[in-house]
Amino acid sequence: MRRYSAFAIAREAARHHLGWERAWRSPTPKPRYDAVIVGAGGHGLATAYYLGKNHGIRNVAVIEKGWLGGGNTGRNTTIIRSNYLQDPSAAIYEKARSLYETLSQDLNYNVMFSPRGVMMLAQTEHEIRGYQRTAHANALQGVATEFISPRRVKELCPIINIDGPRYPVLGALWQPRGGTARHDAVAWGYARACSDMGMDIIQQTEVTGVRREGGRVVGVDTTKGHIACDKLGIVVAGHSGVMAERAGFRLPIESVALQALVSEPIKPVMDVVVMANTVHGYMSQSDKGEMVIGGGADGFNNYTQRGSFHHVEETVRALIETFPIISRLKMLRWWGGIVDMTGDRSPIISKTPVEGVFVNCGWGTGGFKAIPGSGWAMAELMAKGHSPLADAFSLSRFREGRFIDESVAAGVAH
Amino acid sequence: MLVLTCPYCGVAACETELAPGGEAHLKRFGPGSSDEDFEAYLFLRPNVKGVHFERWRHAMGCGKWFLAARDTATLEVFGTYRAQTSAPPPEIVAAIQAKRPDWSLT
Ligand SMILES: Cc1cc2nc3c(=O)[nH]c(=O)nc-3n(C[C@H](O)[C@H](O)[C@H](O)COP(=O)(O)OP(=O)(O)OC[C@H]3O[C@@H](n4cnc5c(N)ncnc54)[C@H](O)[C@@H]3O)c2cc1C
Ligand SMILES: [Zn+2]
Repeated sequence: MRRYSAFAIAREAARHHLGWERAWRSPTPKPRYDAVIVGAGGHGLATAYYLGKNHGIRNVAVIEKGWLGGGNTGRNTTIIRSNYLQDPSAAIYEKARSLYETLSQDLNYNVMFSPRGVMMLAQTEHEIRGYQRTAHANALQGVATEFISPRRVKELCPIINIDGPRYPVLGALWQPRGGTARHDAVAWGYARACSDMGMDIIQQTEVTGVRREGGRVVGVDTTKGHIACDKLGIVVAGHSGVMAERAGFRLPIESVALQALVSEPIKPVMDVVVMANTVHGYMSQSDKGEMVIGGGADGFNNYTQRGSFHHVEETVRALIETFPIISRLKMLRWWGGIVDMTGDRSPIISKTPVEGVFVNCGWGTGGFKAIPGSGWAMAELMAKGHSPLADAFSLSRFREGRFIDESVAAGVAH
Repeated sequence: MLVLTCPYCGVAACETELAPGGEAHLKRFGPGSSDEDFEAYLFLRPNVKGVHFERWRHAMGCGKWFLAARDTATLEVFGTYRAQTSAPPPEIVAAIQAKRPDWSLT
């Protein structure tokens, strides 16, 4: 693989850009792999990458029914933060956030990680207490956050209306090294690095069945034929229930639509991410100038990648109260993704009842931020059968009542 | 926008008038049941892509719970029925099979 660099840009500029290579190969599947990953979203690709990089397992295929990054990875509002309350969540999300800090260098691909700061507004007395508690927990976990005053909120984000009629801003939980990244680039960067290690990324191919012998996996059926494998990682987000059915077990997951929208581009007006959980609105400004807005999740099972209009209406209504200057902005695009919600709203990285089959799912409305840490943990689990980062997120917690009481995926985009 | 007809008051209610209540016809496992059954009852869901039976409440209307048969892959509604039953009634099954000949109640 030719590395990307300032020198490469100059070289190609001098020869009419004829020397750029394709970022990844489009191979025909081999009959057998050591490990097959289903789903080329961020989590699947990151799993493959760390299998190769950290554990030397490179005879790997990532099989994707559509195009890579075309699922929730390419549909999210790109917020990255790690200011969670419970230790297992803080550990894996902070691992992910810290990997994001150097991901562009690591992958030699600009993922445009922008640690511009994430602010979660406290707009009720309960939220003040809740976020102060989180700030204390984060101090013990080694996650840098602080609880800030309304005045500081206004300094950091001048377009906020802190004296809103219904929900004045009473403070905020501030994570200065949280932020955003370019979602497609995260998928593309991992894909390029995987391909470079000799892994096969097979797009436009659906996994339609899981072959088992004596309780263990021996391969998968796909729309391009049978592929044998020793280990299988199912990393398909909204389609986890469908894939689990094909592998012969059930998951504590239901799939619902979550929506987002972006405005027409405007001049820079905010350089932080603001989340207002009481009124259900999230906003940041993309590098192109669009205001990126996260809406609420629907309450009913849905696979159509289309959500209900009234949720968008609620979100926009709330945001106009918080940011009056956006009231006359036109919205450019509006879309939905199918998110995988678990019983306790925390993710699953786990072995399954079928030996050799592992699942990584349940990231719901908040898994973009987790991609590097999740891939890291899932790769370790698949390679060694155990990963300290993943232990608390096993499937057995539902039977044993060890829930992770976090509302990580709170039913809203974040 | 999803519109479901409340089988009690006959109102064709749009989604904002209703509250979703998850999968229908779950068999309850309580004290004395095995861990497996209890876990499955509480958490494990087929999460079907296709014909799905689910609970709804006419929250802003008569306030009663009813059940609906819907396709989660197309958002098509096959029909709604009263909640005092442990399986979909024959006319709902027939309405589904009229549109999904390959489907059967398992
Ligand atoms: C509107 C919206 C806003 C969001 N905002 C945020 C945010 O601000 N911050 C944040 O951290 N998270 C956010 N999220 C959540 C985040 O997008 C997801 O948690 C994350 O992208 C999941 O990544 P993934 O790799 O698990 O899934 P995906 O990217 O969905 O990838 C799964 C892939 O599996 C493929 N697949 C499925 N079935 C099969 C099969 N049988 N065979 C082959 N391939 C298959 C799919 O085609 C898909 O490409 C948001 C989500 C949405 C929808
Ligand atoms: Zn009614």
